[in-house]
Amino acid sequence: MSAHEHGHHKETFITKYIFSIDHKMIAKQYLITGMLMGIIGVAMSIFFRMQIAWPEESFEIFKIFLGEDYAPGGVMKNDIYLALVTIHGTIMVFFVLTAGLSGTFSNLLIPLQIGARDMASGFMNMISYWMFFISSVIMIASLFVESGPASAGWTIYPPLSALPQAIPGSGTGMTLWLVSMAIFIASSLMGSLNYVVTVINLRTKGMTMTRLPLTVWAFFVTAIIGIISFPVLFSAALLLIFDRSFGTSFFLSDIFIAGEVLHYQGGSPVLFEHLFWFLGHPEVYIVILPAMGLVSEIMASSSRKPIFGYRAMIASIIAIAFLSTIVWGHHMFISGMNPFLGSVFTFTTLLIAIPSAVKAFNWITTLWKGNLQLNTAMLFSIGFVSTFITGGLTGIILGDSTLDINVHDTYFVIAHFHLVMGISALYGFFAGVYHWYPKMFGRMLNKTLGYVHFWVTVVCAYGVFFPMHFIGMAGLPRRYYTNSEFPLFDELADVNVLITMFAIIGATFQIAFFWNIFYSMFYGKKATQNPWRSTTLEWTTPVEHLHGNWPGEIPEVYRWPYDYSKPGHDEDFVPQTVPMKDGEEELHH
Amino acid sequence: MTSLLIFLVIALIGVAVWQLTKIFDLTQVGTSKDDSGVANDNDNKVNGYLMFAFVGFIYIFTIYSFVAWGDLILGTPASAHGPEVDSLMEISMALIFFVQTITQFLLHYFTFKYAGKEGQKALYFADNHKLEAVWTIIPVIVLSGLIMYGLYTWNDIMYVDEDEDVMYVELYAKQFAWEARYAGEDNTLGKANVRLIEGVNTLGVDLEDPASNDDKAVSELHLPIGKKVVFKIRSQDVLHSAYMPHFRAQMNCVPGMVTQFAFVPTVTTVEMRLDEKIVAKVNKINKIRAAKSIKLVAEGKEALDSYTFDYLLLCNKICGASHYNMQMKIVVDTPEDFKKWLAEKPTVTQVWKDANAPAPVEVKAAPLEVAVDTTMVLAQVIK
Repeated sequence: MSAHEHGHHKETFITKYIFSIDHKMIAKQYLITGMLMGIIGVAMSIFFRMQIAWPEESFEIFKIFLGEDYAPGGVMKNDIYLALVTIHGTIMVFFVLTAGLSGTFSNLLIPLQIGARDMASGFMNMISYWMFFISSVIMIASLFVESGPASAGWTIYPPLSALPQAIPGSGTGMTLWLVSMAIFIASSLMGSLNYVVTVINLRTKGMTMTRLPLTVWAFFVTAIIGIISFPVLFSAALLLIFDRSFGTSFFLSDIFIAGEVLHYQGGSPVLFEHLFWFLGHPEVYIVILPAMGLVSEIMASSSRKPIFGYRAMIASIIAIAFLSTIVWGHHMFISGMNPFLGSVFTFTTLLIAIPSAVKAFNWITTLWKGNLQLNTAMLFSIGFVSTFITGGLTGIILGDSTLDINVHDTYFVIAHFHLVMGISALYGFFAGVYHWYPKMFGRMLNKTLGYVHFWVTVVCAYGVFFPMHFIGMAGLPRRYYTNSEFPLFDELADVNVLITMFAIIGATFQIAFFWNIFYSMFYGKKATQNPWRSTTLEWTTPVEHLHGNWPGEIPEVYRWPYDYSKPGHDEDFVPQTVPMKDGEEELHH
Repeated sequence: MTSLLIFLVIALIGVAVWQLTKIFDLTQVGTSKDDSGVANDNDNKVNGYLMFAFVGFIYIFTIYSFVAWGDLILGTPASAHGPEVDSLMEISMALIFFVQTITQFLLHYFTFKYAGKEGQKALYFADNHKLEAVWTIIPVIVLSGLIMYGLYTWNDIMYVDEDEDVMYVELYAKQFAWEARYAGEDNTLGKANVRLIEGVNTLGVDLEDPASNDDKAVSELHLPIGKKVVFKIRSQDVLHSAYMPHFRAQMNCVPGMVTQFAFVPTVTTVEMRLDEKIVAKVNKINKIRAAKSIKLVAEGKEALDSYTFDYLLLCNKICGASHYNMQMKIVVDTPEDFKKWLAEKPTVTQVWKDANAPAPVEVKAAPLEVAVDTTMVLAQVIK
């Protein structure tokens, strides 16, 4: 069954693989671009972890990858350390966990799970991907600038990010960073608009909002918070460009640097912090909500049980999304803003723990008395809940303004957000790839490699981030090129070596994942139509992709997506397309 | 040497992958060769056991961390509000460990207990309002308590009473050093702006302002015990953050505005050096430094100095290439020692006059310490 037979215009290599408007192909493009960016982002983290563990030592690998300019004699320069930290953060947050995760799975699953032939606008979808691609290329290009890439931290607070006199990376490198991010935001907005419109307008007959899989709910709400918050970052970036290039003073005032007074007057860096975190905080939910959706779906399917508390899950997604837009100030408790504002943000921030707790308990209850099929995707989903709990709990410390005073910007923060949104979202991503790989590529992944990948990754992730809580509580600030200037921190050196060891092993084992993905693409076992015996619509499409998804009519939906092990049915799953039997009751209607 | 180590690590990882793959393959013995890519009963069993083992790993690792690294955590607080922060921290930590222990156990235990088996039927259990209510309401109650406690301490720390007898000190941050300015007899900091920076007037103090006449600028911060110090914080160039971990104090330094943080130092440097935990910490650090020194000397380099405890002010907001080495020593003295120390320091006006004297014949043959302190500066009048 190919696209030609379905009566579409003839497809060439270029229209099929490059400028494709098919959401399934665009999803794969996002996946592969995101994974490649992921390799770069993770490699950078290994480089700067090596510098922290063995400060100012010479490494062959630095000579090869960083070169004489950035690492003379194989010793990393201090401003390049900050550049690596900055670009690692930028790439992982935006390019891997926003575009790579949400871009891949929103594109793949929204049309397939709601019963649509494609996105509302296939063309805009294609433009969205290609703008993401261009922004990735520009970001990578910034690594090769003579003065070094942006180095002011991924939060690019001015004045540091505005003044090349303050750090070399704030020259051309920063310009490229801003251009890249502006294009990225445009891409993300086009994608998000498309997702929202598609979910609202293109649901198949019978697919009411309360019959949507939780994946779609998560993507839908994520897209909405993206639309609300990304434009604010765009404005911040624009105003920063004005300050940098045209001499305005939005964020700058009273600066004396490199022996002279600059003309800026009246601006405030705190304004930038507000604008940045108005996106920056929702952004962590833009990253985590899709992962939550994927995990919910995989947990139900692999437990052979309905997700527990479907409506509570939807309500908590919406509550989290709403709260996420009014908590940004918890990044700024000690920024110099009015302490009363700090009180308000402490209040709203700690409230987020409530819907988060509801979700965690619902996932755990979903496992209870299930018949758990421990595929790799399921293992990563359970891993997700585990790291989400471990990382999320420390949020009640960081969200509390009083406690934040002393752990703000220390390694405690790094431990917290890497576990709760970095590692968790990454697990969500892995779970999604393992679960929907057969849908994407029509082949199965090697499960043994999957298990090895999972077990090494979970142990190493714990080994990397758990000890960081302790060095954070010892008062060690983040973003220090070396800690050897403080004898006080000498006793932390061993811990840092251990962390780096775990990081190197964990990162190396990701090869198992990449190998599995690329090898199985060509040599994997051919997948059956519904290998996990799931209820949702994507598994009713043929294994071979065709533009338009279903060869005939779009199927009609008669029930919610979680009829697993429903009494009165022979099979332990009832697809959404199966009409209700006489006298059978549907939950929630 | 390190390259060799890295090569070895990579080689070992290769071996580990190979072995792990073999182990997983061996667990398949007895079952029919299965390459479907879907978990079978045996996979479920093995991974169920491993999951149960993993919660053990989490517990053991947590206990190990506390035993091995518990003493790294900052010890006795040196400020009046410090114990409040620490007790809130302890309560939050206790809560976290309680919840973490239980939820992680349930999560992994259920995975082990309900691992899929042929013929096992899952329970169709989709909803239970009572359960949902329980795990909504309990967090609401617990968090209300935490929020109220937190806000109480926060207000206590952040708001300075107008009538209190306080001492004003300016903290001044610049790439990559700190300076401080004392308000002098009038306890009022003279006006300052970076536009007035000139020569020895490195803080841009407005020397025309009468309030600045008696201000004194220094590069080592001394504080009298028991007196509330209100820091007025400025930055010259980019964002910095004045982090004083031993005092549980931190505030960003923002160019273009004056930020504030206040605390009462309660332990002098001398007393803190006798603190049990600090003594243990210093001994441990000196052992590490001694071991390092032996290596350094063997390589023909200089040995490391031995470490004595001092309070520190660190920069904790990324501020440029040398961010990692922007520090200032803080000394907490008895009021008498503090007064004596401060009395010896020249005022900014004096320093300015000396530096711009017509005949710079005997320009400060003064002690080195004073020469460093010629970083004369003044800041804005408070309010």
